[in-house]
Amino acid sequence: MPGGQGPGAGFTEPTLRLPRSEYLKIVGHCYDGLPDEACGLLAGRLRPGSLVPDGRIDAVYPTANADASARTYSVDSRDLIRSLRAAEARGLELVGVFHSHTHTEAWPSPTDVRQAMEPGWFYVIVSLKDGDPVLRSFRITDGNIQETPVVLES
Amino acid sequence: MPVEVRLPTILRPHVGGVATITAEGKTVGELFDGLVARYPSLKGQLVTETGDLHKFVNVYRNDDDIRYTGRLDTPVAENDVVSIIPAVAGG
Repeated sequence: MPGGQGPGAGFTEPTLRLPRSEYLKIVGHCYDGLPDEACGLLAGRLRPGSLVPDGRIDAVYPTANADASARTYSVDSRDLIRSLRAAEARGLELVGVFHSHTHTEAWPSPTDVRQAMEPGWFYVIVSLKDGDPVLRSFRITDGNIQETPVVLES
Repeated sequence: MPVEVRLPTILRPHVGGVATITAEGKTVGELFDGLVARYPSLKGQLVTETGDLHKFVNVYRNDDDIRYTGRLDTPVAENDVVSIIPAVAGG
């Protein structure tokens, strides 16, 4: 795109821009959830006139995993509406979800792909399988996985 | 009486792209029956063949999950807002 730097080869837009504090909140919630998968919602703004997020995550809402499972997650339905209202109160939209993979890599599983309902969203996965957490971000549309770049910001 | 129903992005194509529609009924089940009658491609998206709420869909009357207020028998009144939000889940 003119005047700017697009995502590198193999990545799609938009870049996920995570304030460092929100990154730490996500990772902390994932470790707190062990031995189960943890999950939470991401809020931000949309590009004007579009269903695509602008990429910056303005708020993170840790939520309960109603499945209480190390293999699957579902955002508790009451936490979902509460997060939606909290985002709305700040003029934000829900733009994604994060969840942890306790023993596998940070890549969408077949279950993740099958149950991805929001084509505009970021699907963020945090793998806890190694000593340090690995956070990666994806868009999932019509069963296709595309990774987005992730940048930590202040 | 007419009740506002808010639809998630994924269901809007079934109703011509709008985000909010008005439906009639005394319970959530009646609202959904009316919507499916008007928009047949919605069939199976909200209610299963066995007549129960689809497990991949969350439905709220105002901010209450209807699973806790009587499921499809949840009564609705004028000025209630029924919001349909897809389940956020995976593995």
